[in-house]
Amino acid sequence: MERMTLLSPTGHLGFTPIEEGSFYAGVARRPDALVADSGSCDIGPYPLGADQQHSPVAWQRHDLEIMLVAARRLGVPMIIGSAADTGTNRGVDLFVTLVQEIAQQHQLPPFRVAAIYAEVDRDDLLARMRRTTVVGLGGRPPLSPDVVARTDRIVAMMGVEPILQALDGGADVVICGRSCDDAIYAALPLRAGFPRALAFYLGKILECASLCAEPFMAKETVLGTITHDYVEFEPMHPGQRCTPASVASHGLYEREDAFTHAVPGGALDLHACVYTRVDERRTRVSGPRWVPAPTYAVKLEGAGKVGERAVAFAGLRDPMAIAALDAMIGWARQKVRERHGEPGVGYELFVHVFGRNGVMGAWEPRKTTAHEVGILIEAVAPTLDQAMDIAALAQRNLFFARFPGARGTGGVAALPFDEVLPARPGYTWTINHLLPLEDPLELFPVRYVEVGARARAGGGR
Amino acid sequence: MPRLLELATTIRSKNAGVDHITFDIIFSDPEAYRRVRDSGVLSRDAIARLYNVAPETVTHFMTVDAACAIKFTLQRPRPSGSPGETDVFGSQQYPPLFDIEVP
Repeated sequence: MERMTLLSPTGHLGFTPIEEGSFYAGVARRPDALVADSGSCDIGPYPLGADQQHSPVAWQRHDLEIMLVAARRLGVPMIIGSAADTGTNRGVDLFVTLVQEIAQQHQLPPFRVAAIYAEVDRDDLLARMRRTTVVGLGGRPPLSPDVVARTDRIVAMMGVEPILQALDGGADVVICGRSCDDAIYAALPLRAGFPRALAFYLGKILECASLCAEPFMAKETVLGTITHDYVEFEPMHPGQRCTPASVASHGLYEREDAFTHAVPGGALDLHACVYTRVDERRTRVSGPRWVPAPTYAVKLEGAGKVGERAVAFAGLRDPMAIAALDAMIGWARQKVRERHGEPGVGYELFVHVFGRNGVMGAWEPRKTTAHEVGILIEAVAPTLDQAMDIAALAQRNLFFARFPGARGTGGVAALPFDEVLPARPGYTWTINHLLPLEDPLELFPVRYVEVGARARAGGGR
Repeated sequence: MPRLLELATTIRSKNAGVDHITFDIIFSDPEAYRRVRDSGVLSRDAIARLYNVAPETVTHFMTVDAACAIKFTLQRPRPSGSPGETDVFGSQQYPPLFDIEVP
């Protein structure tokens, strides 16, 4: 095989629906496979920890439907990574069910689906931790049993090997649990014998679809072509261009380091990349190098519940109140302390001050306060009743705050609604670590599902 | 002196995993890129001062000639999306860079 072209329609399947114009323009070019990632840890720890949806099922179904129908009509593989935002077993099973429903609805001829699971059992992890050190990422210490104990759910980010196994098993459609997004794109090129560095680089650039093109547009389709010497990118939206600058700068996106990009089994070294303009809309890249890792390791992600959460809001317009803002917040905190004790012991109270540093917190360099201020109160406690009580106390004591020179004696805060809202429970990322594996397949069982057989028996196309 | 806002075409921040926020400042004009790169107004220490963090909180700082880009990464004060979060995607931490004056 001299060249292979992959179609990437979205950087996060289901996050917002795929734009269909550029998608069908890409399908008309008859790509060799359709590939999309559906997950991200950007959405915060709640969906993983609670194992809940983040994107609406209807949008995930939309994206899967247009991709599946196109892939089966072209007769090419479809690979979906990190099913349903987090890549838990529930997410994989949901996507397999959606694929079955879509196949039935469109009377698709029979095909084979591989479901690859990526959840990690806590007891299995604890047993592994007795044999090996699980190294912390992001400056974290090695994983300890007490951190595992306060983690509700753990997934491992699979490399390319379980996907290759599923393709070898005859899968036409692969639904992956949590997976390295570069790997879902690298699998088919690697299987066809293309160089590893180019295959993973192709994935690195295609994983966010149109974000590698300019001007900025999301959820538009991009084609990536790999040869034995280079990879090439072309956007399918007529208003976008893949330029050397847009592709090179996308190489920086959402990564700590510009030149080294680690994936399970090795890393891409991007120092020697050469970016060449092919024409107005296409850019070609050569020169990434593959550096094998001494140990095969996969990233673990884990989220654990911190407590129940409630939020409330208050607005300030009185300049005397705004000048006395810190004293007002101090008063409200004191009233909470009188009923619930010291914060940090059993509960936490966060007061976000919009108009001062509500977006940047301690990183905000500007020390000014606006003429109008919004105060978001966030309370976390063991029970929802307690969290609601704390948030209400803080909100109402901003309303009744005492400060010298106050003129407004009917309340010194504006409440857009006199209520406290129950929020989703608070979770935190407890685990961001690297687990060494002896076998890249060992954490990732594959289940095969035959789909569409009944449609054929019933005389479907 | 022009501000960074007037010289760079992209100034963005975004999560890099759950423990970091990374910043990319990208130039379409290579001359503007070299001017900022060589001026020294962006450095590990300058970033630490601007964001009021310890220098070791700036975990990465690099210039990327092939992309005409300057990139740095900050350690988050807490993992993304934990209670107390102000910016779960880390997408609004860049505006203070706009006003940096470039000689």
